[in-house]
Amino acid sequence: MSETAAVAAPKPHAAHEAHHEELGFWRKYVFSTDHKVIGIQYGITGLLFLLFGFSLMMLMRWQLAYPGAALPLLGSLFGEARMPGGSMLPEFYNELGAMHGTIMVFLGVVPVAVGGFGNFVLPLQIGAPDMAFPKLNMASYWFFFLGGVTMLASFLVPGGAAQSGWTSYAPLSVLAGTGQSWWLVGMIFLITSSLLGAINFIATTIQLRAKGLTFMRFPFFVWAQFVTAFLLLLAFPPLEAAGVMQLMDRVAGTSFFLPTGLVVSGQVLTAAGGGNPLLWQHLFWFLAHPEVYVLILPAMGIVAEIIANNTRKPLWGYRSMVYSLVFLGFMSFIVWAHHMFMTGMGTEMAAFFQTTTMIISIPSVVILTSLVISLWGGSIRFNTPMLFALGFLPMFGIGGLTGLPLGFNIADIPLHDTYYVIAHFHYVVAPGTIFALFAGIYYWYPKATGRKMSETLGKIHFAGSFVCMNVVFMPMFIVGLAGVSRRLFDGGASYDFAQPVLQWNVVSSWGAWMLGVFQIPFIFNFFWSIWKGEKTDQNPWQATTIEWAAPSPPPHGNFLTVPEAHRGPYEYSVPGAAKNFVAQHEA
Amino acid sequence: MASMTSDHAADIDRHVRIYITVFVALMVLTVVTVAVSRLHLSVPVAVTVALLVATIKGSLVACYFMHLISEKKLIYAVLVVTVAFFVALMALPVLTTSNGYWIHEPPSDVQRAPATSPHQ
Amino acid sequence: MDIPYTVEARRDTGLTNGKIGIWLFLASEVMLFGALFASYILIRTGAPSWPRGDTILNVPLATFNTIVLILSSVTMVMAWASLMRRRFETYRIYMGATILLGFVFLVVKYFEYSAKFEHHLYPSTNNFLAIYFTLTGLHMLHVAGGMAVNAYFWGPGAKLWKTNPEWFTNRVEHSGLFWHFVDLVWIFLFPTLYLL
Repeated sequence: MSETAAVAAPKPHAAHEAHHEELGFWRKYVFSTDHKVIGIQYGITGLLFLLFGFSLMMLMRWQLAYPGAALPLLGSLFGEARMPGGSMLPEFYNELGAMHGTIMVFLGVVPVAVGGFGNFVLPLQIGAPDMAFPKLNMASYWFFFLGGVTMLASFLVPGGAAQSGWTSYAPLSVLAGTGQSWWLVGMIFLITSSLLGAINFIATTIQLRAKGLTFMRFPFFVWAQFVTAFLLLLAFPPLEAAGVMQLMDRVAGTSFFLPTGLVVSGQVLTAAGGGNPLLWQHLFWFLAHPEVYVLILPAMGIVAEIIANNTRKPLWGYRSMVYSLVFLGFMSFIVWAHHMFMTGMGTEMAAFFQTTTMIISIPSVVILTSLVISLWGGSIRFNTPMLFALGFLPMFGIGGLTGLPLGFNIADIPLHDTYYVIAHFHYVVAPGTIFALFAGIYYWYPKATGRKMSETLGKIHFAGSFVCMNVVFMPMFIVGLAGVSRRLFDGGASYDFAQPVLQWNVVSSWGAWMLGVFQIPFIFNFFWSIWKGEKTDQNPWQATTIEWAAPSPPPHGNFLTVPEAHRGPYEYSVPGAAKNFVAQHEA
Repeated sequence: MASMTSDHAADIDRHVRIYITVFVALMVLTVVTVAVSRLHLSVPVAVTVALLVATIKGSLVACYFMHLISEKKLIYAVLVVTVAFFVALMALPVLTTSNGYWIHEPPSDVQRAPATSPHQ
Repeated sequence: MDIPYTVEARRDTGLTNGKIGIWLFLASEVMLFGALFASYILIRTGAPSWPRGDTILNVPLATFNTIVLILSSVTMVMAWASLMRRRFETYRIYMGATILLGFVFLVVKYFEYSAKFEHHLYPSTNNFLAIYFTLTGLHMLHVAGGMAVNAYFWGPGAKLWKTNPEWFTNRVEHSGLFWHFVDLVWIFLFPTLYLL
């Protein structure tokens, strides 16, 4: 596959494909069945939701830093129902909190990590012309879009959007305002989108991989997306069932989650009762625990690709990493009640879930350690993707290690539902996964556009984000260890024991606002580079994996000649080879 | 599976005979399960028998109507994993909520509370 | 651009894309109904008392429905077998029968539900009824969905038989797998709700 092939015009299609040349604007860019277009749709929509969800949090951080203070200028925008006189009401704070979590997880990170990167890169990396079910793929994007619109629209209904946490615990959520029903309907759309996508990813990976591409020759990114798809496929349906049941409790008067004799505002609730709020928790966390691995696995996949490429070395321990990934995926289904240690379970079941939770930390450590060891002896190139990938490693390390005390039911007693938990999971997702997503954007941008993003702006984006992420989240460990609960609308200000740590809320807030400022160079870079970025050839990173064999951007059908895999995915610095990499598809 | 050469016709005939046999078996088992329910056995026994009969019926549908008995390894792999998680979903919530006292009696100094205990 | 292995199986896996796709979908459906069964277990074991199914629900009607659904599974697989034998008209008869039997099932359920509502028995009345209506309701939606797909392959979708008989046969087989699954769920639903 010569370099010049990349710039040649796509070969004329066979007669029955000729209609592709005549696709109008709408079929080509809006209702497309091409995985690359769909991937970009997911990516851009997801990034917009990430920005929106981030903005919700920047607003919350004003209230946390300066409880009760009126927000200058912007405060009046939210009206008297939410911020009378510019001062945030608790209900609005709860709305922001619940929707920040929901949007970041379900409308931001997963759509970008799986819908965006998975869709765009996976078929290219396995040498396929598209996904196995292109029309289903398009349907999956539009269900996501519908879910997103529903979630956004819920802000406008009487009573506002959902405000019972992203976890929607019963009975509070059952009794909440209309926005909660919109949340449930939105979730049903989003779950449908994920299920359709998961089926597509698994079928495509198994069936459409190129000749010679055996499972143990898959790039680690492919394995990561493959396992993630199984998590989505098998863990989401119980939440869909639970969502329907909660909707029925809310509109059909059932009592799946309402216990007998519930008293609300001094009145006994007129419902049949006999339900169990813990049932909601079990069904919710049955999904939500595997969901956190859905959040991290694609990130590990992206980081692995970028580290191999920028150390000019094969990944250390590829086999162990793959086995760890599969084992992790399996274990993720039987740890969920570590989110429920405080619900009164007996010692036997607590022991069971503590054990499985400790066991599941092992594959995570294997993967992280392998990635770190992969750096040893490498010729490291410190380009922007690599900086974000390197930054991911210690951040995920902190996030993962701080999870361990939470996995023990006794240690969990003082820590549960405090800022310690918030710090733990944000470390994994924010300077963890989101850094990996940034890395992936800088890395695959040339494949999608034929141009590189600016390195200078990228480095500013990295440096600022890295520092600010730590400024935001490190103090939260201190605040949490002091005993400040999460979801308090004043950040603990009304509690005596919290007074010594309240100043950290201010620090976190300024960190968050500065973090917002440092996203500006990224947003500008993202759009500016489409027209003004440095033009590149089809393999600007001198990478080995098959996606770099396609032109940049790849045409419909992806490859000019059908690729075949002849070796493993990371043949860098092979002794005796002409260049310091031998591509996977090279004859 | 999709090839339709003439020597498949004999194959299909054999399959059709199996479908009829399975149908008869399913009818018999349906009668059995309804009849047994009339005996008003104790709940644990009734549940066991009912689930056993249902599992046999379900297996017949899966193995012969859905051709699982001659399916490819990959499909089996997906289903084995699914069944494992299905069992976890059936067993773990009730075991967790009932404090494990569903499988053994509570210690004598613990008052047995209903399964939804934190809320009653 | 053609997607490979849509009609012919891939050699090393022995599968077509559609075959693996439908089984993956069914795996997710196992977890969906599984969650409702798990909910039933949790609610029932936590309840101070729980009525026997036959004291509230109509067992003869449901037994009839069980037979109807099992019969429809037979006609469904016979429809596919007819296509394998290249007997299109026989396929149409069997597929038509399957759709009809599905319709009978839905009609019976309509009578069942109406009778409940007439006696003021609603999902909100108690948890037995809540889980009954939810489980059978979701199942009913799946019956309706399966019927819609089957109707498509009986009617407008049957055009494909002329241009690509192998692909059409595969798609009918996949639709059949969904239909058998719906039958399988009922095989567990029926004793659980009505007989225990």
